[in-house]
Amino acid sequence: MTESLAITKFSDLANPTRFLGLAARILPWMAGATAILFAIGLYLSFTTEGDYQQGMTVRIMYVHVPAAWLSMMCYSVMAVSAIGTLVWRHPLADVSHKAAAPLGAAFTLIALATGSLWGKPMWGTWWVWDARLTSVFVLFLMYLGLIALNRAMDDPGRAARLSAVLILVGFVNIPIIKFSVDWWNTLHQPASVIRMDGPTIDQEFLWPLLFMAIAFTTLFFTLHVMAMRNEIWRRRITAQRRMAARMAGRTPGSEA
Amino acid sequence: MTALLLRDFKLSVRAGGGALIGVLFFMTVVAVIPFGVGPDLNLLSRIGPAIVWIGALLSALLGLDRLFQTEREDGSLDLLLMQEQPLVLTVLVKCLAHWLGNALPLVVASPLLGLFMNMSEIAVGATMLTLLVGTPALTFIGAVGAAVAVTLPRGGLLVSILVLPLAIPVLIFGVSASYAAVEDPAPFMPPFLILVAITMFFAVIGPLGAALALRNTND
Repeated sequence: MTESLAITKFSDLANPTRFLGLAARILPWMAGATAILFAIGLYLSFTTEGDYQQGMTVRIMYVHVPAAWLSMMCYSVMAVSAIGTLVWRHPLADVSHKAAAPLGAAFTLIALATGSLWGKPMWGTWWVWDARLTSVFVLFLMYLGLIALNRAMDDPGRAARLSAVLILVGFVNIPIIKFSVDWWNTLHQPASVIRMDGPTIDQEFLWPLLFMAIAFTTLFFTLHVMAMRNEIWRRRITAQRRMAARMAGRTPGSEA
Repeated sequence: MTALLLRDFKLSVRAGGGALIGVLFFMTVVAVIPFGVGPDLNLLSRIGPAIVWIGALLSALLGLDRLFQTEREDGSLDLLLMQEQPLVLTVLVKCLAHWLGNALPLVVASPLLGLFMNMSEIAVGATMLTLLVGTPALTFIGAVGAAVAVTLPRGGLLVSILVLPLAIPVLIFGVSASYAAVEDPAPFMPPFLILVAITMFFAVIGPLGAALALRNTND
């Protein structure tokens, strides 16, 4: 009973007006939560002492790691939405993965840029072609390809279905990124936060990192809902323009 | 199915210089490299397998947009969609025909280019073998891109952008297997077997995705 209720609630959102109403109600809360979490996270990241070896540069981690984590989570969100598009034909799923692609590209770019900035003092080079860096770069290219595909098509419904297929095929890259550091032992360090035997990272760095990760995640969802709202509005405007253009040719008297 | 295979194969070989153009492009790409890096034979023999692989990858992309485009233009794509046979199977057969017509000539031409690159016999053989095993994966991945972009007016460029990132694992393991055959400490079999696995994986995923995309373009 509860499950079917949840499904009903979910399919209720297929009505864009209902979604817009919900978005209008929860957006201030999400934005507020993001701001508070960022305040805590940034405060913690700037007040902890730097690493004894890395000094101040260790603070780059507090941006780099959450952005990298989001670049993968965003793709997973898109993959779930893609399933929603293809299997349930949920109209909101179309909007969801279209809106998420630019966000994912942005977070991936942040991860790459901060990683590069961090790599220069630590590894002595801006860029190496190691497994993790390369696969994240490929992920970035995939986001851009998806955006290009979406822009190349006029009909949003068809664009959504086709990019959904592509998202699902491209999802093979996500496990490759996650495990690239375990499979190929290269310059990038292996995972140190989410591990089977508990985090190996020091408590001092763990707390700011956790707060920043949660802050980035809420930031992502806030931006995502906002982007979905914009997309719905954009489609409405397009539809209304079409209506207007259709009506414009006719003189009021010649109707019917 | 056999009729479709033969028809597609003939079309891809004959239409517009088909297979020859691909091989010609392949040779041109490889021939341009020595001009870029200089005619140092030692260097060329070291990067040879990689160059041949990249050339093959690029030329495999070249003919991909034609995979479903002509069928769509003359309307026979709708007939294929309405067939009783599962669409996945049809796509698989079309991929095979495309591979026979476009990728197999590349594999056959690769030893000659290996010779140009001053590669040793073992390296030439290994590169040819890896190309033989790896290029089907490129065709299967490309089928998804071709199916997605079939309705677009300038689909060819977009297909390349969409397909190349997914083709990177094929390139990695193809090249590393070729190198492993030459350099002593690295074993040949593991990367080669992974390459085989990738090809088999995409032989399932590729036609499935392409069939899904084709169904969705037409309703």
